[in-house]
Amino acid sequence: MPEWLRVILFIIFVLSFAGLNAAYLVWCERKGAGHIQRRIGPKEVGPFGLLQPLADGAKLMSKQLFLPKGVDPILFMVAPLMVMVPAIMSFCVIPFSETFVAREINLGLLMIFAFASVNVLGLLLGSWGSANKYALIAGARCVSQNVAYEIPMLITTITMVMVTNTMNLNEIVRSQAGWFIHWHIFRLDMSLLMPVSFLIFFVCSLAETNRAPFDMAEAESELIAGAYTEYPGMGFGVFFMGEYANIVIGCALTAILFLGGWQAPIPLNFGGFLGVLWGMSWFFLKLYALIFTVIWIRWTYPRTQFYELLNLSWKVLIPISLFNLILTALQIKIFPWL
Amino acid sequence: MGKEVVQPPIIHFDTLDKILGLGRANSLWPMTFGLACCAIEMMATGAARFDLARFGAEVFRPSPRQCDVMIVAGTISKKMEPAVKTLYDQMPEPKWVIAMGNCAISGGPFVFEGQYGIVEGADKFLPVDIYIPGCPPRPEALIEGILELEEKVTGHRRWPRVEAK
Repeated sequence: MPEWLRVILFIIFVLSFAGLNAAYLVWCERKGAGHIQRRIGPKEVGPFGLLQPLADGAKLMSKQLFLPKGVDPILFMVAPLMVMVPAIMSFCVIPFSETFVAREINLGLLMIFAFASVNVLGLLLGSWGSANKYALIAGARCVSQNVAYEIPMLITTITMVMVTNTMNLNEIVRSQAGWFIHWHIFRLDMSLLMPVSFLIFFVCSLAETNRAPFDMAEAESELIAGAYTEYPGMGFGVFFMGEYANIVIGCALTAILFLGGWQAPIPLNFGGFLGVLWGMSWFFLKLYALIFTVIWIRWTYPRTQFYELLNLSWKVLIPISLFNLILTALQIKIFPWL
Repeated sequence: MGKEVVQPPIIHFDTLDKILGLGRANSLWPMTFGLACCAIEMMATGAARFDLARFGAEVFRPSPRQCDVMIVAGTISKKMEPAVKTLYDQMPEPKWVIAMGNCAISGGPFVFEGQYGIVEGADKFLPVDIYIPGCPPRPEALIEGILELEEKVTGHRRWPRVEAK
């Protein structure tokens, strides 16, 4: 396949994957919320409410677009894109299967974290540019939350990089081949606290993507709609698409780092097209199980208080992840044959 | 008593208008606000037994910028009137208003000689689309109101009307 065709096909795939995920994860979220609250959820708009995202999209796109008084027009317009575009960019290093990856670069993990940090900048600019005091409070909260949770997340990632010796996501997945006990979450011989690392990473990715119980960016019980307060129509829609794309990225990283990515739980591999399908189906199974957990947590736990949230990061997660880092380093140094 | 004059569009795209109408009718996001006891019934409509989510209308948005329909649920006192009006003005077009309950329709039990605190009906200062009578109306009535609004937006009704025998 020529290189330009590959690039175009991957651009189409990534854009449609991100867009469809954003649309249908909203449907999953509303359905999930319904069933968790003993309701049915959307059901009348199309079979099982499956046309609900289309109706929402048509409505959001046809809603009046206007700039509220006093906003900074450039920041106000650019901010939603700054949340969505980096999230979509990150998809280009995610290995969906051994051969199904847009660009297998050796610093993939670093690239994803570099792009993920733009997300919070977009929220801050949007809340600053919308000239609304509630939005500004939400933006400030969002920044301090993201700063607090990026530290344990990165420390855990360093632990994982020490264990796997690479930042190439596909290499990380390849190192987990074999039975499911070779997935990093079960590799107690690499680091005694591996399940704890998984938990820290998952909690931090919840906080990084501003999901409940850490959804301080949109604390509707305190701050109207948080950073999104002044955004009508599709501006809000783009913010939401970015949020869901970020959730997919976070869950994909968790699956790749800890749950074996596209590796099947049994040592069975195929070549060619069947291998691509086999790897993709396992990857998507893990990915959507994690995303379901995210939705499940959102509709089960109330929003934490902001101080509790910062306390959790600075007093619990950072010390544990630092201890974990040192322990893993010692374990690698003392038992290098494991 | 809507005073604003809405100019009809110069060119009509019939199919596009129908599609957009379907989209709008099937995702009517109400605003999170209640003024009195009718709001309790509004919350019950969104909860498990009645489940407004079936029609895609359960997304109660906290910010008026993202709302499509304002459900005036309860008594509007004269002090509350400017706030309600501001909220309505902050909503982007297209937007609709549902007057829920007798107080929002006409002042309800508060209409008497010499009363000075209550606005006698939301249509004194808002262009109301749907009136839902009751004191307070039951959740079924609110769902029926939402369906009526859908009929107003798309031009046809979702289900056949139940005929009284």
